[in-house]
Amino acid sequence: MDFGPYLLLAMLEGAVQASVLTLTAVGLSLVFGVMRVVNVAHGEFFMLGAVLAWVIASVVGVHPALGFVLAIAIAPLLVGALAVAADMLVLKRLNYDPENTIVATIGLLYIIQQITLMTYGPEARPVEPPFNQRLALPWPEWGENGFALVWPWGFGTTSYKLFVIASAIVLLVLLWQLMARTRIGLVMRATRLDREMALAFGIHVDRVYALAFGLGAGLAALAATLIVPIQQAHYLMGADPLLLSFIVVIIGGLGSLPGTVAAAILIGMSDGMISMFFSPTLAKILSTLLVALVLVFRPQGLFGRSRG
Amino acid sequence: MTGANKAMAMNAAVIALLLIMHFALPAYHHGNLARIMVLAVYAMGFNFAFGYAGMLSLGHALFFAAGMYGMGLAMQHLGWAAGEALLAGLAASLAVSAAVGFLALRTSGVQLMIVTLMFAQAGFLAVLYFGNLTRGDEGFVIAQARRALAGIDLSNEANRYLAGLLLFAGCFVLLSRLVQSPFGKVLVAIRENEERTRMLGYDVARYKLAAFVISGTVSGVAGASYGLLFGYVGASFASVQYSILPLLWVLLGGAGTVLGPLVGTLFMFYLIDISSGFTTAYLAIAGLVLVLLTLFARQGIVGEIRRRWLPWLP
Amino acid sequence: MATVNQLVAGGLTKRFGGLLAVDKVDLAVPQGQVRALIGPNGAGKSTLVGLLSGRIDATAGSVAFLGEDITGLPAHKRISKGMAYTFQITSVFERLTLDENVALAARRVAGATRTSVESGVAGALDQVGLLDRRYELAGDLSYGHQRLLEIAMGLAQRPKLLILDEPTQGLADSEIAGFNRLIRTMAGGTTILLIEHNMNVVMEIADYITVLNFGRVLAEGAPEAISNNADVQSAYLGTGSDA
Repeated sequence: MDFGPYLLLAMLEGAVQASVLTLTAVGLSLVFGVMRVVNVAHGEFFMLGAVLAWVIASVVGVHPALGFVLAIAIAPLLVGALAVAADMLVLKRLNYDPENTIVATIGLLYIIQQITLMTYGPEARPVEPPFNQRLALPWPEWGENGFALVWPWGFGTTSYKLFVIASAIVLLVLLWQLMARTRIGLVMRATRLDREMALAFGIHVDRVYALAFGLGAGLAALAATLIVPIQQAHYLMGADPLLLSFIVVIIGGLGSLPGTVAAAILIGMSDGMISMFFSPTLAKILSTLLVALVLVFRPQGLFGRSRG
Repeated sequence: MTGANKAMAMNAAVIALLLIMHFALPAYHHGNLARIMVLAVYAMGFNFAFGYAGMLSLGHALFFAAGMYGMGLAMQHLGWAAGEALLAGLAASLAVSAAVGFLALRTSGVQLMIVTLMFAQAGFLAVLYFGNLTRGDEGFVIAQARRALAGIDLSNEANRYLAGLLLFAGCFVLLSRLVQSPFGKVLVAIRENEERTRMLGYDVARYKLAAFVISGTVSGVAGASYGLLFGYVGASFASVQYSILPLLWVLLGGAGTVLGPLVGTLFMFYLIDISSGFTTAYLAIAGLVLVLLTLFARQGIVGEIRRRWLPWLP
Repeated sequence: MATVNQLVAGGLTKRFGGLLAVDKVDLAVPQGQVRALIGPNGAGKSTLVGLLSGRIDATAGSVAFLGEDITGLPAHKRISKGMAYTFQITSVFERLTLDENVALAARRVAGATRTSVESGVAGALDQVGLLDRRYELAGDLSYGHQRLLEIAMGLAQRPKLLILDEPTQGLADSEIAGFNRLIRTMAGGTTILLIEHNMNVVMEIADYITVLNFGRVLAEGAPEAISNNADVQSAYLGTGSDA
């Protein structure tokens, strides 16, 4: 393949990764923004979404499309409910102390991951996509006969990958509407700005926190159910989304949703693309170092504005 | 003061007890305890930064691994003898902790946790990336014949135990004295109220960096010794899990206590040892203990004993 | 006899966002003087002493101490040149003993030895009347006693300049009397700069008073002159002198 088509293909792959990463990172950012805590178990909620999607799809087992639809409807709800329970049983009792919460969510990470290993097992399993037509893509070229569209071999994508990208966009718009237009969104924004003030106005901050934690986890699970037909479900699959979401949330300015979306697209695209040209390990080394240095020298993030 | 004397007597008693265990324990537990003592040194190094100076790092595996790989690579690729290789491990962890501390300590609290986590992750990935040197995930074994120090064969079980005990006793006495010294008191003051300590005229940044480097270097010496005594160097020792483990040990045993790291390492080691007899998912136990500790026993075992019965415990 | 100014501030300014907390303040405190800094809440008193001690970075202006420009020095270096600073909000080390609290301060005295720290701690605790509670935890003290411990920490540093931010806040009357006696025994040797709301204390111990209002120096003078100053009365006393 020539360089041009190859680059476009890399960008398409990057866009799929970026879509999933955006949803996952927005979930983490929401939790940080509203509750001011870092949820280290976020990657495990992602993993749980994928594993539950497989469980639901294989239990239903009639038609892949039906299984998938049920999975995408139920798995995020289950994961969200689990997160709400974790919030009420653990985080609330810690008074959301930032350091204790990190330690406790590390504990949750191991519990969720290892219980999955005990029940679901160590295998990687795919969920069948509801539809998966191969779409060959044309490429414009100046040949001997002037301008022409050619169809390079191996140059194409699948309808499912385009569906992932479109779903992510739709979901983000819905989330934005939820935050901007509904009462729940208003309450969450108010709590995020000033916890004491929200309490004074009679907002049940405890409920808002539980809701934000559940919503954040649900978004991660939703992202995972979208990607599980492309990447298989595995009990250790939570590590990479967690790391990348961290990177995104930090680069995007801790807790800022627009910054998070911008950073997720940037990182998701570049991670997907860099991985096609360089060693993925080297790409990860550089991005983790970048995050550490951003936190040290520009704690408000690359996109965030300094406050105060 | 009698408290200090009691503390000294207790330290001596602990070391004596560990020496008696050398003769008393059956082979299996004897081998376990040798490991536990070296890992407890790692926990003590971690505790020095976390328990005393209040700096919570989630990246100490980087220093443990720097010591281990500094030692292992020097033996493997430079053909150094065990003694020099241990010093190479010490130097490597000292350099790495100084560099990370210099950058990371511009932050504190949650940011410090994430920055150290990220640096350690980059270190772990670097071990994988330079797989032709480190042999990546698989790691490498240090030949039995080369694991000898001053003519003493460290692959021998009895020698290994005594070497582990010597290392433990050395670090234990050194760190116990350090935390009782004026330097140690300043660290506690920083943990309790950083701003007040600064306004007493202490250069807080320098004290914190010094404590961080001591902590990282002790962790590195533990890593180098672990690799040498047990003959294996591998990437898993650089992974996030090995950054979490010392936190778990120290929280369980009691942060900011002299004995806590040993007690916590001992308990956790056997907890995992016993539970891994039932399930491969033994890390779930570690997770459960972490959650329960943060919820119900922030002081840890030794911290609770100190609070309830023995206020003089150091 | 020429007075030597120990502490001189020129055009000190601190801006927090849009707020000018301290606005071009000039200050000259002679060696050995007890200087009181008064003014309504929010006048910038605490910010000003923060700027002098280096706890807060100045937006503009300069500070000289003992004839040396210390504007660029961080707090801990200023302290080691002979300043001591006690906090408005009590901030003793609650989980350490009184002995250890004061020892942390006494060890910063130049040329401190184990015995000099030992006697310095005992001396400072004795001066504030807490010697018999030496080995108790600071967190177990009452609020008033914690304030006294805070002052003992300042004394143990053997400072040339002692900055006290509302030292008598929360003290009982008998304790205030003790505090006044303590300051009088130190007067002449140690320069003292104190922020104080209790006008009785100010009138009794201050040699000289600086009044701040809206971040600026409103008036300066001897206690009698200040209490008769019409501007001060309208700006400060008129708004209520209670803390």
